[in-house]
Amino acid sequence: MNRIEQLFKNKGKNILNIYFTGGYPNLNDTETIILELEKAGADLIEIGMPYSDPLADGPTIQESGTAALKNGMTLDLLFQQVAVVRKQSNIPLIMMGYFNQMMQYGDMAFLEKCAEYGIDGLILPDMPLYVYEEKYKATFEKLNIGISFLITPQTSNERIKKIDELSKGFIYMVSSSAITGAKKGISEAQLDYFNRINGLQLQNPRLIGFGISDHETFSTACQYANGAIIGSAFIRALKASNNITQTIHNFIEMVKGKVTV
Amino acid sequence: MQEYKVDRRGYYGEFGGAYVPEMLYPNVEELRNRYLDIMHETSFQKEFQDLLKDYVGRPSPLYLAKRLSKHYNTNIFLKREDLNHTGAHKINNTIGQILLAKRLGKTRIIAETGAGQHGVATATVCALMGMECIVYMGAIDIERQAPNVSRMKMMGATVRPAMSGSQTLKDATNEAIRDWINNPVDTHYIIGSVVGPHPYPDMVARFQSVISEEMKWQLKEHTGNENPDIIIACVGGGSNAAGAYYHYMDDKDVRLVAVEAAGLGVDSGESAATSVLGSRGIIHGSRTLLMQTKDGQIIEPYSLSAGLDYPGIGPLHAHLIETGRAEAVSITDKEALDAAFFCSRQEGIIPALETAHAFAAMDKIKYKKDDIIVINLSGRGDKDLATFVKHL
Ligand SMILES: Cc1ncc(COP(=O)(O)O)c(C=O)c1O
Repeated sequence: MNRIEQLFKNKGKNILNIYFTGGYPNLNDTETIILELEKAGADLIEIGMPYSDPLADGPTIQESGTAALKNGMTLDLLFQQVAVVRKQSNIPLIMMGYFNQMMQYGDMAFLEKCAEYGIDGLILPDMPLYVYEEKYKATFEKLNIGISFLITPQTSNERIKKIDELSKGFIYMVSSSAITGAKKGISEAQLDYFNRINGLQLQNPRLIGFGISDHETFSTACQYANGAIIGSAFIRALKASNNITQTIHNFIEMVKGKVTV
Repeated sequence: MQEYKVDRRGYYGEFGGAYVPEMLYPNVEELRNRYLDIMHETSFQKEFQDLLKDYVGRPSPLYLAKRLSKHYNTNIFLKREDLNHTGAHKINNTIGQILLAKRLGKTRIIAETGAGQHGVATATVCALMGMECIVYMGAIDIERQAPNVSRMKMMGATVRPAMSGSQTLKDATNEAIRDWINNPVDTHYIIGSVVGPHPYPDMVARFQSVISEEMKWQLKEHTGNENPDIIIACVGGGSNAAGAYYHYMDDKDVRLVAVEAAGLGVDSGESAATSVLGSRGIIHGSRTLLMQTKDGQIIEPYSLSAGLDYPGIGPLHAHLIETGRAEAVSITDKEALDAAFFCSRQEGIIPALETAHAFAAMDKIKYKKDDIIVINLSGRGDKDLATFVKHL
């Protein structure tokens, strides 16, 4: 059992997963961001590997990635930063990026580095299921690295079952078929979708992502899944910040609301 | 046989596939499941063929360019895709895809464009079918291909600038893909080249294959033999080349020449010569050759020609080049400009800047006096006049 599975076992509900882009706003903010997020009460942290052409991300995350690359972020540097954090923290860490990044790094070397530096799971939205199953599943399992595949309102029940079979850790539920970008509120259609998924009796817990930005959307998401992922809204807060530590604490407080969830 | 056709999973050898996020999966899967059946329907074929004939003006002539032939001391035929309605080969594909989109029940069309030829061809078929049309175009390309922007607007399309990255074709493609992710139900994405996730490369190649289908009987009429010795085509994503090669790929005595844009020079750092500068990776949902850093960041390409200013090539071409079936040649901005002027003055045909790269390849390749060479004249140069005038 790795740290992600442990988390869901210990705390099955109201999981708050925060996404940030490695190397943004400043090249060496990774350590501060992760440690302060943990202190402020995030349960799980998703580190974005900045990418030149992030097809599954919206403009906010793309901009942060472009800025991070300009700052000089590389995968090796990100791994080093993660290694430093790992010595001080036991919070589950996920890396999110694109399959091409893993391929160019050297796919197996990349996975070994993840395991070595204490990355607990990966999200690679453009890696096809069959490629994972045929080429990488055995290595992920051997190295005890989790993987979260995405589902959307358009994903068929049959395919969701397959995704559930292959995911390890949690399933990433895209709240609407829209790119990450903090849309306001949660609609009827989305609630129908959440209910449909809950009826499927999946083995993996689910986190809802895309469009979660504040206390209201977070608590709604928590009613229908094991928790939620916040990305763009957090990046926007960092962008506007002149004191990252303060911003992180304010942001998490805002999301969780007065009542501790 | 058929070793250059796509396999069941969407690969050409090791290249191709569909590396798309889940948000795109249902759309791509629907296309994959249905494109061949739809394309083989009698009613589809009739509508497609009628439009190619009466609306596009096909067959496009195969013209023996006497003065160019004399100059190069060989036999050069030009496949006149420039004479198609809207002025390039791009319309062969957009006619096919709009008919397919209608059969899929889609009501909204999106496209990316570099040179604007694909954007114009898409705006054209959308006007023809009364469908909403949104074209993404890099901000830099909007400037350098202004006449095509006006044409799209005149036909009722919305042109949306892509402001990220190098603000060219790659970025316009990213924006179009994003749009599709945001509009997964009513929208069809008409990709303009043999790029993107399977089944796009195969589907677009099939729609463009009319080029080599006609070449066969036209060459037979001209020379008594349906096979040429050499086919030359420029490669941005590779759709005009795929169309010109298609029915000859398994005939290994026909040499295939793929001409890429070297920009300021292959080693200048300002280039788009993917087969030389590229390595294996994933771009726009396809495993292919692309220009990238060792960390897998896609490198912003450069070419004076907007239609060739792309850091990848279609997976079919990656396969053809890597297996040695096709030869790649790279041509600089300067060589292409010279070739555009030369062709204009020798034959009275102003080629598109993209196509001019194919003409310039005549100075680079080996050929014999009695060879039959076909240059695919993918488009006309009206859109590039502002650029040409600067070099007059
Ligand atoms: C006239 C012309 N030729 C060639 C191209 C390059 O595209 P492809 O390689 O798909 O034929 C373009 C693209 O805009 C074009 O307009």
